[in-house]
Amino acid sequence: MATVSLKRLTKRYGNMEIVHGIDLDIADREFIALVGPSGCGKSTTLRMIAGLEDISGGNIDIGGRVVNDLPPRSRNISMVFQSYALYPHMTVRENLGFSLKIAGAAKDDMDRRVAEASAILGLDELLERRPSQLSGGQRQRVAMGRAIVRDPDVFLFDEPLSNLDAKLRTQMRTEIKKLHAKVKSTVIYVTHDQVEAMTLADRIVIMRSGYIEQVGTPDEVFSRPATRFVAGFIGSPPMNLHEATVSDGRLVFSRGDSLPLPGQFKSKTAAGDKVVFGIRPDDFYPTGHGLSSGGETEVHRLDLPVSITEPLGNETLVFAEFNGADWVSRMLNPKPLKAGDRIGMSFDLSRAHLFSAETGKSLRN
Amino acid sequence: MDENASARLIRRTLTVGHRVGLFLAMLVICLPGIWIVLSSLRPTVEIMAKPPVWIPQQLSFDAYVAMFSGIGKGGIPVLDYFRNSLIISVTSTVIAVAIGMAGGYAFARYRFRGKSGMFLGLMLTRTVPGIAMSLPLFFVCARLGIIDTHFGMILAYVALNIPFTIWLIDGFFRQVPKDLAEAAQIDGCTRWQAFWQVEFPLARPGIASAAIFAFLTCWNEFALASQLTRSVNSKTLPVGLLDYTAEFTIDWRGMCALAVVMIIPALTLTYIVQKHLVGGLTSGAVKG
Repeated sequence: MATVSLKRLTKRYGNMEIVHGIDLDIADREFIALVGPSGCGKSTTLRMIAGLEDISGGNIDIGGRVVNDLPPRSRNISMVFQSYALYPHMTVRENLGFSLKIAGAAKDDMDRRVAEASAILGLDELLERRPSQLSGGQRQRVAMGRAIVRDPDVFLFDEPLSNLDAKLRTQMRTEIKKLHAKVKSTVIYVTHDQVEAMTLADRIVIMRSGYIEQVGTPDEVFSRPATRFVAGFIGSPPMNLHEATVSDGRLVFSRGDSLPLPGQFKSKTAAGDKVVFGIRPDDFYPTGHGLSSGGETEVHRLDLPVSITEPLGNETLVFAEFNGADWVSRMLNPKPLKAGDRIGMSFDLSRAHLFSAETGKSLRN
Repeated sequence: MDENASARLIRRTLTVGHRVGLFLAMLVICLPGIWIVLSSLRPTVEIMAKPPVWIPQQLSFDAYVAMFSGIGKGGIPVLDYFRNSLIISVTSTVIAVAIGMAGGYAFARYRFRGKSGMFLGLMLTRTVPGIAMSLPLFFVCARLGIIDTHFGMILAYVALNIPFTIWLIDGFFRQVPKDLAEAAQIDGCTRWQAFWQVEFPLARPGIASAAIFAFLTCWNEFALASQLTRSVNSKTLPVGLLDYTAEFTIDWRGMCALAVVMIIPALTLTYIVQKHLVGGLTSGAVKG
């Protein structure tokens, strides 16, 4: 069990800097998800923590010990790879016990710990099989078993569910959460899937192009995104984001359509400011079909034409045309709609977001 | 006749056709081998007969007995040749495979300056026919005073085999996912342990095939050996075959008998190692 702390962590390949001096403090037993689009440096960061990549600058501290130049084996970490990386020439039992064998553990101790791990993950039936005889989900469990057998300070997961089909992924996600509840160790989990990050993590680190955009609880990054990028990245379907100019207490969009400037931003903007207006599909809904809590204070209503609908059963995604663009909205208790219908839409402006068009930073603070 | 019955008939006919074809192909492939074995067992008159005598009239082991009877009784120093062949082939194979493993691993895993140029250079050496190098090699060895020594032969064969072993082993290491070595290091291995515990066992089929090919190359090589060897000190079996040629005669039966003696160890070794050649061991390592 240990804390992990990254200080000005940098990675360069030749002249190209991939990770630009990031700082991050991870508490003991915390489940942290590193999330971001491909190429954002999240896997490189994880591999630096693991010791599989040299660091070009900064410090990595695990459990109060600087590990910058230590080889992976001296860091007391374990890692689950996207490809599982099971040793194909060993049985499941040998795979699980491999790290103990290398460490020179006694036979009884090894058997006991392999049995424990196998019991936690339900691998008892599979112990004598080889990886090629296992299904994807089983291989994934063996990979996790191999990680927990070592009783490491920190678990590292590198997109562990990416190779599974959608159904199995949901199932394994639950298993990982249960596993964390059982073994209670620090977890750093890399994923490009924001749903995994939201459902699993205590805190989410959103990365882009080698920088950290925001660190926060799932609720924080969802409700109070610090930047336009985070706003667009977290949430499905994504937030509607459109550029506008502040003018006379209104937001005027590119084609002349406008909305009232949300109250909370009045003091933070001046006429002529270029901003990005953001509203989640949950806060922009056909009137009467939203998440009505009755407390909305700042609802703006407009009649808009529907351009397309995507029924999902319990809800329908309605794409309404405003300022020449399709704005996605979530319609609860859906009623049949067809393209071209005009429908009353509500903008819950109290929950809208405003970002600087120049820096992309939220204007909330 | 209904459709199913005729389909069944066609399938059976095709199966029989396949087997007959295979048999004929195998016959053509095996005939030289069979012919050598047969020729080693029958008198020269029968070997030279025209038209050929397909079914041997008389068989005897005279040639084998004579071969081992020692000089002056129609024998040749076959045990010396055998020992030379074995020492030279085994040693040069071991060295070529060791270097091939190191080189193949480096080419498969590391990025370094001039990598592709070096690889191409190694491959280009394969395009030079061995016989073309025999004269320069002879001069070099003569100057170094290593003509007619095991060392000289081993050196030549190691050089001959290295490009091939590197190329073959490189291909096999490329098939071993990099993740496995990384997982092993996280599991507590040093780089060296990760190689021996995980990567080496998985590339073993490739290393075994490289070893067989290298061994057979050395075992059967004649052109260079005929230049670099002089006496029982270093003559190998293929060069020993020449002992059966005299000024006006060639003892075909004796030659064939020696050829059989040469083939048997090569065949045995290939048979033993072939189970290691089975590929597909890495399946299941990664992905679903």
